[in-house]
Order: sequence, then structure tokens, then C-alpha cells
Amino acid sequence: MTFAIGYFDDEAQVLTATRKARESGFSVSDVFSPYAIHGIEDAMGLRPSRLPWVCFAAGMTGATLAMGFQLWTSVSSWALNVGGKPFASVPAFIPVTFELTVLSAALTSAFALFARAKLFPGKKVKVLPRVTDDRFALVLEERDGAAASFLQSAGALEVAAETPQGDAP
Amino acid sequence: MADHQSSLREPLVSAPRTLGQITDDVMRPMHARPTWKWWAAFAVAVSLLTLGVSTVAYQILTGIGTWGLNRTVGWAFDITNFVFWVGIGHAGTLISAILFLFRQKWRTSINRSAEAMTLFAVMCAGVFPIIHMGRPWVGFWAIPYPNDRGPLWVNFRSPLLWDVFAISTYFTVSAVFWYVGLVPDLATVRDRLKSGLKKALFSVLSLGWNGSSRTWARYEVLYLLLAGLATPLVLSVHTIVSMDFATSVIPGWHTTIFPPYFVAGAVFSGFAMVLTLLIIARVVMGFEHLITIRHLENMAKVIIVTGSLVGLAYGTEFFVAWYSGSAFERFAFINRAFGPFAWSYWIMVSCNVISPQLLWFKRLRTSPLALFALSLVVNVGMWFERFVIIVTSLHRDFLPSSWAMYAPTKIEVFTMLGSFGLFFTLFLLFVRVLPVISIGEVKAVLSFGRKGHKPTHEPLTAPAPVPADRPDVVPAPIPLSGATTP
Repeated sequence: MTFAIGYFDDEAQVLTATRKARESGFSVSDVFSPYAIHGIEDAMGLRPSRLPWVCFAAGMTGATLAMGFQLWTSVSSWALNVGGKPFASVPAFIPVTFELTVLSAALTSAFALFARAKLFPGKKVKVLPRVTDDRFALVLEERDGAAASFLQSAGALEVAAETPQGDAP
Repeated sequence: MADHQSSLREPLVSAPRTLGQITDDVMRPMHARPTWKWWAAFAVAVSLLTLGVSTVAYQILTGIGTWGLNRTVGWAFDITNFVFWVGIGHAGTLISAILFLFRQKWRTSINRSAEAMTLFAVMCAGVFPIIHMGRPWVGFWAIPYPNDRGPLWVNFRSPLLWDVFAISTYFTVSAVFWYVGLVPDLATVRDRLKSGLKKALFSVLSLGWNGSSRTWARYEVLYLLLAGLATPLVLSVHTIVSMDFATSVIPGWHTTIFPPYFVAGAVFSGFAMVLTLLIIARVVMGFEHLITIRHLENMAKVIIVTGSLVGLAYGTEFFVAWYSGSAFERFAFINRAFGPFAWSYWIMVSCNVISPQLLWFKRLRTSPLALFALSLVVNVGMWFERFVIIVTSLHRDFLPSSWAMYAPTKIEVFTMLGSFGLFFTLFLLFVRVLPVISIGEVKAVLSFGRKGHKPTHEPLTAPAPVPADRPDVVPAPIPLSGATTP
């Protein structure tokens, strides 16, 4: 499949062009930008990320494991009388539980992003020119030159036709 | 400036810049040769670090007795430094996480270096409890693991163990937050480099980031989640550190006000340290248009608030000591203010309560020189706060027979200097090798407060100017026919 890539130098232009492209029935492959464009996920029609659920599940798992482990060690495995405190002294276990909740939620969410976005050290990737610097690129699936002329009319500085790699499907 | 939309929205980047110029600006210090000022600072920092490392080696080989701690004052310089450094770290997370949640766009120019400061400060802090163990090689005993000493587990009811979890979690989460924030910028740097070891290194570190909006959308969600997780975390860390004291029965330590009081103090000292570092960095690296007077002024305002909170806490402590009716408690506080260590108490009060009030004057708040001086004063004051809490409470406790005076030995002073050496060495290296300012985030706020901002059009085929001092940078336009493969 070939793609038409339109290069823009303005955030607002690429946002409008993306919205119009979807309205005109083009299939938006991806938009590449040097920073996060707010509202692009709506313009591209992306579904909301499920990372918050991953984060929540990981946090709950961390909390359960931390509290469970502390209760097991202090009540069952080796009950030690420290200063006459009860064995199942739940309030004293809250700080460690809290820390491990945050730790597992944060680490799991970060790794979930890396896994989902296929980011890993040493990944070979083709980067469109200057999109990590000062250019915005709107990549559309080509339909007999219609996408290229659409990009021209949408104010692209330059239009290229090629098969991009990377995250494009 | 003529192109304001409104006087309520001053531009965050004070000079007109295009997206590409921001990349140039931030990358310049990474490529230029270090100046003699950098070398001078680095030499001092490394010397202090060397002093510290050799001192620590000596005291570990000889024994903890080299500290000359009095029997009653068993927690002195080292735990003072521990609490001091943990506190310094807090402003970094506060700037990067809490200000992010509050949608404070002015944080973008300063968050990267503040987060780096957090990491380095927490490293410095971590050193002290490990040395304080006396036998650092068995430090792993603080971690619960199945061992051959019977089913013997760590005591989860001890605040000192909570510290282990709090500090290590804080360090890990801060590091992840920092790194996740760095990834897009590492890709920007990677794509600007032509070839060589540096490019290979940045290729590995940037994880194959290509600026895809699908990734950006998820990335933003992750950043928000991490900010949301780091915010309660930062509050919990200093709360737990304060519980080391508050859960004891020593007069002067056994107070319920400690958790919020410590958190306020941590933010206070952390912002002072951020100011100290950034005021130097913006001048040395020529970032006056990115780290503007407005950034400094906003941080000064945070210092007024937290300084006043700390002052309120000092007053409340005194009031409660009197109101509690406990003779020991009352004595501890009168001894603090008028006893043999009164000098340290009054240094603390004048540095932390009185001096920040000067920042109510706009002229001082907007003068980098005055702010720099005041930030140093606050750093000194907050160090003394920890010293006062620890030494004055311990040197005269319940039994007059165990009263003692305390003076630091050379070993303790050198260890403290060594921690400053570690901190500044790491920070100076950081400003040389990584983008000190979040390139992506600054680009996103470039148009903030500007009317009809539009970067000037440079055609893709015309080479962008390459500064003379950066021969290793690829001239910007890349042939459209072939995408670059790092």
C-alpha cells in the first residue's frame, strides 16, 4: 500500500487537515509531530487509551500483595512481639502498602506503554524527515492520487508519496 | 511585547523562536566545548566528591566511632543530611507532577532539570542511612527476603523500614518519570546527530521513538498517570521521613504536626535549590529566554508560601509544647530557643521565616541576583532546621545524667561536603550530556500568549543554518525520498 505524506510547519494546520481528511473519507494512517498535539486523538478518531485500567489493576495487585505479604510474615510465618503491638497491626502496614501500590502501578504502566507502542532499546525505525524537530507530517492512505491532491489543498508545504515504516499500519 | 494576546497571558518563551530554533538552543550546550567556568565548577565538585568518598571509605574501614557521636546524640550530621537531601528532592517532583496536574504551563522550562535534581538529591540522601548502618555490606538485611536465619522477616512496623520502601520507591518512580519525559527529546537529539557513538547511544536510549501521534496520545496518558502517582508519593515520602521522629517518644520529636510540617519544609528547601541551580544554569547556558524572570518569580512565590507555612509550624510547635502541659516537652522547646544550641535555632528562624518574607517585594522577586542570595540563605536555614530538630532534641532528653554537648568531627563534615560534591558532579555532567530543557514541552507552549504565532517558513529543501560550534550536527533538511534510519 502506498501512502501520501503531507508536511506542515504548523500545529493548527495539521490538526485541521487531519480532521478534514477523515471527514472527506480518507484513511488517516498516522500523524507525526515533534510534540503532542492536543486534540489530535479526536481528529484521528483514536480510541481512548486503556492505560488507566492497566495502572489501576497493577496498583490494586501491588496493594494486595504488599498487605498480604506483611500480614503473612507478621502474623503467620514469624509472629514477633514488637513493643506489645498487635501482630495484625494493619495501620502500621499502610505506609509500605502505599509505596508498593505506587511502585507497581507506575512501573507496570510505563512498561505497558513501551510494550503497546513497541518501544524498546535498539529498535530500528525509519523516521520521517524533521518530524522530531520542526515538522508535522500527516500520512494518508493513497487512493489514485486523491490523497496527494487533498494534502496540497490542505496547505501542505510538500507532499511525498511513499511507504513509511514505523507505526504506520 | 507587542504581540501579546492579553496581559494576563505573558509568553512563556520570551524571545521569538521557531520550533527548530528551540531544538538548536537546547542542544547547543550539549555540543559546545565546556567553558572554563564549567571546568572550574566541575573541578571543585569532583574534589569534594573525592574527599567524601575517601572519608566514607576511611570510616567504614575504621568503624562508625570515627564520628565521635555522643551517646545521647546518636543521630546527628548524617541524619540531618539525609533529611536535608530528601527534602531537596521534593521540589523536582512537585514541579513535574503537581504543577502538571494543575496545568501550570510555566513548569515546562524547568521540570527536566528539577527532576534531575530530585534524582541526584535522593542518591545523596540514600548514602547516609547506608553509612549510618555501620555495616553497610549487610544493608540488604533491610529488604524482606527468604533467608537462612530462620523465617526471620523485617519489622514492618518500624518507620525506619518504611523509609527503605519510601525512598527506594521514590527514587524508582522519579527515575521512570524523568526517563519517560526524556524519550521524545532523546529522539530529537538522535535525529539531529549525523553519526558516531553519540548517535548510537541516543538511538538506543530513545527506544525507536518516531513522533507518531498514536504513541503521543498514549504517552500523554502515561505522563498524566505518572504525575498522578508521583503527587501522593512525594507527600508520603517526607511524611514517612518525619515519622522516623514522630513515632518516637523524645520530647521535640513526638509531634503530630511533623508530617505536614516536613512536607512544607521539603518543598521550601527544594524550590530554593532549584532556584540556586537554575539561576546559574540560565546564565551559563544562555537560557534567559526559556527560563525567564517569570519562572523565577513564580518559584519565589512558592517559596513565600512554603516559608510562611514553615514559620507557622514553628509557632504551632511552640504553642503546643506549652499547651500540652508536659514539662519535658516545654523544656525541650525552651532549650531549643534559649539553650546552648540557641544559635542554630535562631539561624533557622532568621533564614527560613524572616528572609523569605523579603520576597513580597516584586523588585527582589524579579532580581536573579537577590533570588540567588536568598535561595542560598534558605538552603542554609533548612539544613539548620534538621540540625535543630535532631541535635537539640537529643542532647538534653529526660535524664540530666545523660545530657551531653555535641560537636561534629572532621569525618562528619567531610562526609557532608562529599554529598554536595556528589550532587554537583552529577548535575554538572547532566547539563553536558542531556537536554536540560524539555524540548518537546517547550515547543508545545511556544505560541502561548502570542497572537497568530506562526513559525517562519523554511522550505524543506533549503539547509537550515548549522552553528559553527556544532560540526557534528547534520544540516537540517533530509531528502524527502529516503527517511533516515538511525
